[in-house]
Amino acid sequence: MTLLETRPVSLPARRRGHTPRRRAGGRAGYFFVAGYTLLLLAFGVFPTCYAFYLAFTNDRGQFTGINQFTKVARDYRFVPAFSHVLVYLALWLVTLVVLTVLVAVVLRGRVRPGVSALFRFLYYIPGALAGVASVLVWLFMLDPDVSPVSWLLSALGMHSFAAVLAPGNLPWIFMLIAFWTGAGGWMVVMYGALNNIPDEVLEAARMDGAGPWRTAWYVQIPMIRQWIAYMTILAFAGGTQLFVEPQLLQTASLGRVSPTWSPNQLAYVYAFQQGDFNGAAAISVFLLVLGLLCAGLLVARSNMFTLDEK
Amino acid sequence: MRSTGSPRTASPRRGARIGALAAALAGVVALAGCGASASTSTTPSGSGSATFKPAGQKDGAQITVWADSTRLPSVQAYQKSHPDVKMKIVTYDGGADGSTYLQTKVQLFDRTGSGWPDVVFGSPTDVTWASAPTKPGAKPFAAPLDQSLVPQATLAGFAKGSLAPCQFNGHTYCMRNDIAQVVLWYNKTLMDKWGYQVPTTWDQYEALGEKVAKEHPGYLVGSVGDTNSQESYFWSSQCPAFQSTGPNSLRVALKDPKCTRMSTLLDKLIAAKAVSTEGFFSQGFAKSSGSKVLMAYGPSWYGQYLFKAAFNTPAKQMAASAPLTWPGETTPSTGNVGGGVWMVSSHSANLKASTDLVTWLTTSNDNQAAAPTYPAYAPAATAWLANPANRDYFATDVSGPFQQAANEVWTGWSNTKFSDATAWSSVVLPALTAGKTLTATLPAWQSAISDEAKADGYQVTNQ
Repeated sequence: MTLLETRPVSLPARRRGHTPRRRAGGRAGYFFVAGYTLLLLAFGVFPTCYAFYLAFTNDRGQFTGINQFTKVARDYRFVPAFSHVLVYLALWLVTLVVLTVLVAVVLRGRVRPGVSALFRFLYYIPGALAGVASVLVWLFMLDPDVSPVSWLLSALGMHSFAAVLAPGNLPWIFMLIAFWTGAGGWMVVMYGALNNIPDEVLEAARMDGAGPWRTAWYVQIPMIRQWIAYMTILAFAGGTQLFVEPQLLQTASLGRVSPTWSPNQLAYVYAFQQGDFNGAAAISVFLLVLGLLCAGLLVARSNMFTLDEK
Repeated sequence: MRSTGSPRTASPRRGARIGALAAALAGVVALAGCGASASTSTTPSGSGSATFKPAGQKDGAQITVWADSTRLPSVQAYQKSHPDVKMKIVTYDGGADGSTYLQTKVQLFDRTGSGWPDVVFGSPTDVTWASAPTKPGAKPFAAPLDQSLVPQATLAGFAKGSLAPCQFNGHTYCMRNDIAQVVLWYNKTLMDKWGYQVPTTWDQYEALGEKVAKEHPGYLVGSVGDTNSQESYFWSSQCPAFQSTGPNSLRVALKDPKCTRMSTLLDKLIAAKAVSTEGFFSQGFAKSSGSKVLMAYGPSWYGQYLFKAAFNTPAKQMAASAPLTWPGETTPSTGNVGGGVWMVSSHSANLKASTDLVTWLTTSNDNQAAAPTYPAYAPAATAWLANPANRDYFATDVSGPFQQAANEVWTGWSNTKFSDATAWSSVVLPALTAGKTLTATLPAWQSAISDEAKADGYQVTNQ
């Protein structure tokens, strides 16, 4: 909801200059974004530039071209780490998009408002747990010795923590953790996006004979397409940076999970075990480029920055 | 090694279970802190590294000590008996289970140019990087103790080969705290009851394992599922998995008959369900199978920390026997599962106090006679074995087997820049859990070790 309400605020920026009053609003706008901009520069833009500098130099500060990139790409852990995270992303993004939109549509159209609010609150709760705490919750959920759903794990043929942590299960486990902590917040956002669709539009659809599912498919979902794209971009960027979950699972499983399961862990090993900050920076640039490509694609396909025709 | 009682106590209450899991994790982490490789026959490369230049010294400067929770009481005891020494004591994981916390921090301190602790407890793996600069122009973190810091006479008192992991370029960069020689543990009460002979050779061990599987199904003669099981079995088998052949070259040859003889033996016993693929220290093992461990091939600390603390085996049941031999061998070789080291920082502003602390921790009977694990300093080991607290729990006198095994640790399993546990835990153990045999997993294990070694700059040979 709140996110939706911020959108109109961005509109005056485009019309800036039309009237003096607008310009005054603009100045206040600058003031409001100043804090964020400073922090963004200090902890977002500057580290990114520093990573680029490191990625193109060696530990003596000499320019090395793309040597750091070819070095890390040839590392035997590079391809496995990226393929792990791509499998995980495929699972996570599909589940996230399908289920959050579905739940939001059902909550918006098929459930009484009071019940709907209760459910939205319940879905949101796990998101309030910090990453580490949520992994700990899942460590207990996944250990047949202490899990409240050990019968379910047994039914799936997994009788020990070691069996649960079989390499093929890991992307599913991380998907579960990510969905459990992250999806609730997005359901609330999607619900808000659906709320923003004018009632007249839905009524028109109804009068044309569209049932609830047809309305959802042909009217509601296309109208919140930009929100879905926005969610996908953020989830993709967050997903490629997977670190805490495999790192904690690696420790808790006494090393059964590879210490370089995800690219971010590989970068960590580069920086802090091999003392190679330049190689670590090169991996982070790979991740950045991957995230930008995905974002660019989605922004272009969903017309996210095209303003509503008024 | 466990600071908080017995973490494995089975309890019906969820809260207690959660605590138990957390404590068990911490406990195993602490235990395997000992879990790193030891002896390398490090040949002094004669490169005669430059004489050590200490940082500016300040008499009476405060020293910062990093210790794992197991060794914390020793450091506190020193503080109590030396109240004039200003100390700041910090607890950390001590390099357990291949943790690289110390290395991570020192990398950062080397970049910022300050913050190094004065004295640290670590694993032998830590010495491999601490004895060399972490980046061009940096000073190696560990101070060469043989350079007018610790007298030669003191260094000469350590058990044969136990300082090998500390030695690089002809200098000694650490003092060994303890060793963890592998022996054969057995439950004497059960062995006597069932009329079994304690094996002295691997053939007898295998035969007895198959007999136990038939006559007493569910009882175990070992486990290969822990992060350090490869050190108990493959190190004892003299398998060239981590064999240093030069300053930066490593032999990783798991097709060697000395590896396959162990993997085929274990595969038979795993198939017979006499050897478990679940780790002794894995969650739930103590509760489900702790009382069914008839024999275990493992380090000297199994007695106190596995059987007494984790399995709650009653006193006067467990006994230790000397390492097993292979056909045609007269003297056995055995493995080593851990043994920490103490290092002094080359950046310390109070080398005198730091060195004094490390010497006291590793060599004084005051500390070592009551130490949690078997001391590396020979006179202290004698005092340790004489301490009733270290012997009363066992059914027989463990001094003989312990002292014999301490001198039989095979020196061909070298201390490398990377932990020998990573490939075993992340490649071999998941394959065993999935039902593959050890023999079939040896190629994957070999390439995982080789990859790790190459990434750390080793020249690797698989022949």
